[in-house]
Amino acid sequence: MKLKRNSSQPTERTLPKCPTGIAGFDEITLGGLPRGRPSLICGGAGCGKTLFGIEFLARGAQDFGEPGVCISFEETSDDLAQNAISLGFDLKALERANELVIDYIHIDKSEIAETGEYDLEGLFIRIGSAIDSIGAKRVLLDTPEALFGGLNDEGVLRSELRRLFRWLKDKGVTAVITGEKGEGTLTRHGIEEYVSDCVVLLDHRLQSGVVTRRMRVLKYRGSMHGTNEYPFLIGQKGISILPITSLGLNHRISDDRISSGIPGLDEMLEGAGFYRGSSILVSGTAGTGKTSMAAHLLNAACSRGEACLFFSFEESPDQLLRNMRSIGIDLGRWIKKGLLHIHSTRPTTHGLELHLVEIHNLLEQHKPKVVVIDPLSSLISGAGENTGDLTNMVLRVIDRLKQLGTTGFFTSLTSGGRAAEATEVNISSLVDTWLLLRDVESDGERNRVLYVLKSRGMAHSNQLREFLMTKNGVELREAYLGPAGVLTGSARLAQEAREREEESRSKRESEDRRLALSRKLRAAEAQILALEAERQAAELELRSAAIQTEERRNAAAEQRAQMARSRKVDSSPKASRPSVREAGA
Amino acid sequence: MATRRDGNGKVEYDLRLYVAGQTPRSVQAFANLTKICEEHLAGRYRIAVIDLLEHPQLAKGDQILAIPTLVRTLPEPIRKIIGDLSNKERVLVGLDVRSTG
Repeated sequence: MKLKRNSSQPTERTLPKCPTGIAGFDEITLGGLPRGRPSLICGGAGCGKTLFGIEFLARGAQDFGEPGVCISFEETSDDLAQNAISLGFDLKALERANELVIDYIHIDKSEIAETGEYDLEGLFIRIGSAIDSIGAKRVLLDTPEALFGGLNDEGVLRSELRRLFRWLKDKGVTAVITGEKGEGTLTRHGIEEYVSDCVVLLDHRLQSGVVTRRMRVLKYRGSMHGTNEYPFLIGQKGISILPITSLGLNHRISDDRISSGIPGLDEMLEGAGFYRGSSILVSGTAGTGKTSMAAHLLNAACSRGEACLFFSFEESPDQLLRNMRSIGIDLGRWIKKGLLHIHSTRPTTHGLELHLVEIHNLLEQHKPKVVVIDPLSSLISGAGENTGDLTNMVLRVIDRLKQLGTTGFFTSLTSGGRAAEATEVNISSLVDTWLLLRDVESDGERNRVLYVLKSRGMAHSNQLREFLMTKNGVELREAYLGPAGVLTGSARLAQEAREREEESRSKRESEDRRLALSRKLRAAEAQILALEAERQAAELELRSAAIQTEERRNAAAEQRAQMARSRKVDSSPKASRPSVREAGA
Repeated sequence: MATRRDGNGKVEYDLRLYVAGQTPRSVQAFANLTKICEEHLAGRYRIAVIDLLEHPQLAKGDQILAIPTLVRTLPEPIRKIIGDLSNKERVLVGLDVRSTG
């Protein structure tokens, strides 16, 4: 979009351009048609040439302040005005406002005879006076080759047309000339050789029963331009070309994180969830819970007050609401609040391009922060066998979402036979975060596991996690590794029970040991107490024994003293000793 | 169909010659035209020369593209002859002079 603004300003280095205002075209051509030069729009019958020209004029008058002249060689001005009204352009009003002149040039061969030399100065004068009457900057010639049907002298016509285009260039008007595709040439009479600055080819073809319109810039002298074939649509607002494999990869990115709505999943993504504005792909086989994941994300976004858009290609809104209620997610309240819009269509209703346009229009209308497309893979039936188209379309949607900074959440159904990592549409390289949901079959049951296959720009978990659909939504569980791989479902439950048992047993054992030890301790303490008591008793005994000995000795001494006193012996102790010994012996 | 006749009951011709400035071709066409008219329609023709350089808006009414263009407005139906009118026979056929003579 920046490119567009810059390049429409005449600068020395780039060719000045004239914005057409046709959605997408100015992006492909980096600004529009070459200003002040004629451009050729060619294609088969009914491919939208005239409409392209009319829109170029009408948008010029309405949006860019550049009045226009329409020289119609095929349709009367009333017919043109009527056709344009169905596309939202009121040509009559523009004419009244002096912003548009429609001149219907008609020649009827039956009432014209030719004799001698002539030129088409009358045509020049008519165009010239129309341009001058309103100061036109844009001119549409639709389809000048019709003149070949009215006049015989082809040589004169050719040279006069060549002169006309040069004259338009000299006048400085930006001209659009339409031409019907001929056999092997771009236009029936080969006028493309006179209009050499810019040639745009329109085309519509039937593919798998669906008509797709395509546009290609065949030539653009002096300017870079998108060279691919771009699908386009003629809708209620005119032509919209879906470039948007835009020429650069330069969208702004955000460091903002948003919750997936599932705490366990956020945990796996650094505990913060997805990046805002990133593209998320969830792929898995049937019934693995892809839509439920989407519902969680939407629920979380709506809770934050963000607008969301849900494109459902399988379920009607009511069915979706009921199913999500069963896992405890009430999306209905967000619809009532006007935050969530569910858009349900059958993928086969129309071709991919129309789906794409619908998506674009709704994005424009609702400006959502989160967009879910569920499932992307069912669009394949719309794409027929040409899945390359689908990849292109997805790329365009992703591109668009990134430009808008909108988070995109896509689900993809992998069919049983394929490798789980292969999505139908091979868009895995385009997405930022890829969650893989899988069925694990063991012990006679199927269980769901989830893992993060990739997530750009974050250190995501590498764990395989089992998840359950509960009344309160999706819940993630630890996945157990058993001898035969991951344990899920009842095997996991059994393992959990075993572990619980193990734990309680070891708890019991250690309690027992503790008890035994403390008993032993207490016994030892008791022993210590008993010994101490014994020691004290012995000590006491010892002490009392010593006292007794003393007393006895004292008593003996007393006795001897008494005896000595009674025998009147010398009180010398020496003399007394032998007598004691004697007495003892 | 509107026709206008003169006193002798002969059909009168109203002719318009569209030119764009005094180009040799226009001058030639006018000379050729007056000569043919004098020979075959003496006294019952009128020629109006319209210069589109002066009145460009008049080109739309008669659907003029080629220059010079001769338009027979009367008798009806309208006939147009483009070119410098150098081939007398074809001009007479174109104006349908012989049959209405």
